[in-house]
Amino acid sequence: MGAYGDLVASIKATNFRHVALQTISLGMIVTSALIIWKGLMCFTGSESPVVVVLSGSMEPGFRRGDILFLHMGKAPIRAGEIVVFHVDGRDIPIVHRVIKVHENIEKGDYEVLTKGDNNTGDDRLLYAANQLWLQRQHIMGRAVGFLPYVGWVTIIMTEKPYIKLTLQLLLCVQYFLIGVLGLLVITSKD
Amino acid sequence: MYSWMLRVNTVLTLSVTVLALLCAVASMADNLHWHTPSVELEVVNVGPLERLRNGDDRVTLSLNIKADLESVFTWNTKQLFVFVAAEYWNPEEGFNQISLWDTIIEKKENAKINTQVKSKLLRRSTRIGYFTYPFQGKDLKGRDFNLTMYWNVMPVTGVFTTDKVVVPGFQLPQSYN
Repeated sequence: MGAYGDLVASIKATNFRHVALQTISLGMIVTSALIIWKGLMCFTGSESPVVVVLSGSMEPGFRRGDILFLHMGKAPIRAGEIVVFHVDGRDIPIVHRVIKVHENIEKGDYEVLTKGDNNTGDDRLLYAANQLWLQRQHIMGRAVGFLPYVGWVTIIMTEKPYIKLTLQLLLCVQYFLIGVLGLLVITSKD
Repeated sequence: MYSWMLRVNTVLTLSVTVLALLCAVASMADNLHWHTPSVELEVVNVGPLERLRNGDDRVTLSLNIKADLESVFTWNTKQLFVFVAAEYWNPEEGFNQISLWDTIIEKKENAKINTQVKSKLLRRSTRIGYFTYPFQGKDLKGRDFNLTMYWNVMPVTGVFTTDKVVVPGFQLPQSYN
C-alpha cells in the first residue's frame, strides 16, 4: 500500500500543462503528416499519389517494392503511358501500360486497353465480367516518377504476419496507456 | 553523447539524405541529355481486311522496323520500352491509337532494331516483352493512318519521359476481301 500511495502521489504531482503540451505536440506531428498527404492528393489530382508496386507483371521495369509517383492531369490518355486503375469489385489498384486508345469526342470519354509488360495477354481477363475497356472513371492516375526499393518498408509492414501483429499490439498498448494517463489527469487535483 | 543508438540514428539520417539528393540530381541531369535517334518504318504488305463477328474490322500488316536508339541511353536509363502504334482519326469519334508491336531494350548494345513483323494475332516470342497485336477497330475501310514509333524511357530513379517519331501517309484497303 505504501508503494501504491507513492505512485499515485508522484503521478498527481505531474504538471498538467507539461502533459498537455506533449499531447498537443504529438497531435501536431500526426496532423501535419495527414495535411501533407491530403495536399498531395489535391495537387496531383489522384486518389493515391504514391503507390507501391505489388506484383511482377511489369518486370523488368518495375519490381515488387518499387514506388511510383502518380499524377492525373487533364491531358488525354495515350498509348504507352503507365496508368494505375481500379477494377470494379477489387480493392487493389493495378499498374499497367496502355496499348490501345479509342476516343469518343461526343461523350467526352475514351476507351482504353491495358496490358502488363510481362504478361502474355491483355488485361481483359482482369476486367469485370463483360467489360472490354477501361473508361475515365476507372483510372486513378498516370505514373510520372519512380523510386526503386523504397516500397519494401510498406510491404513488410503490411504483409509479414509477425511484424503486422507486433505493430498492432504496440498500437493497442499505446491506446491503453493514453487512456490510463487521461484518466489520471482528469482525476488529479490540479 | 556516444551511445550506439545515437550513432545509428545519425548514420541512417545522413545516408537517407545523401541518397535522396543523389536521386534528385540524377533525374535532373537527364534533362541535359541530347539524343539523335534514327527510325525507319515501312509497310511491306497490307493484308486482307476482314470483318469480324462483333462488328469490328481487322487487317493484317507486315512491317519493316529499323531503328537506332543508342543515343537515347544515359547512365540513368534502366530500360527503353519501344512500341510502334498505328494512329488514325475517326471524324465522328476522335483519335485512335493501336499498338502493333513492342519490345523492351535494357542495354545500350541492344538498341539497334531491325525486324520484320506481321501484326496478326497476339503472339509472344521467346524474348521478354516482344509482342505483336492485331490491328482491329470499328470502320477501318479506306482509312489513312500514321505509324509512330514511341520510346518510353524508364529511369533508374526519377521522372518518366517519352519521345516519338511519326511516319505518316499509309492507307488501309478500300474493300473487304
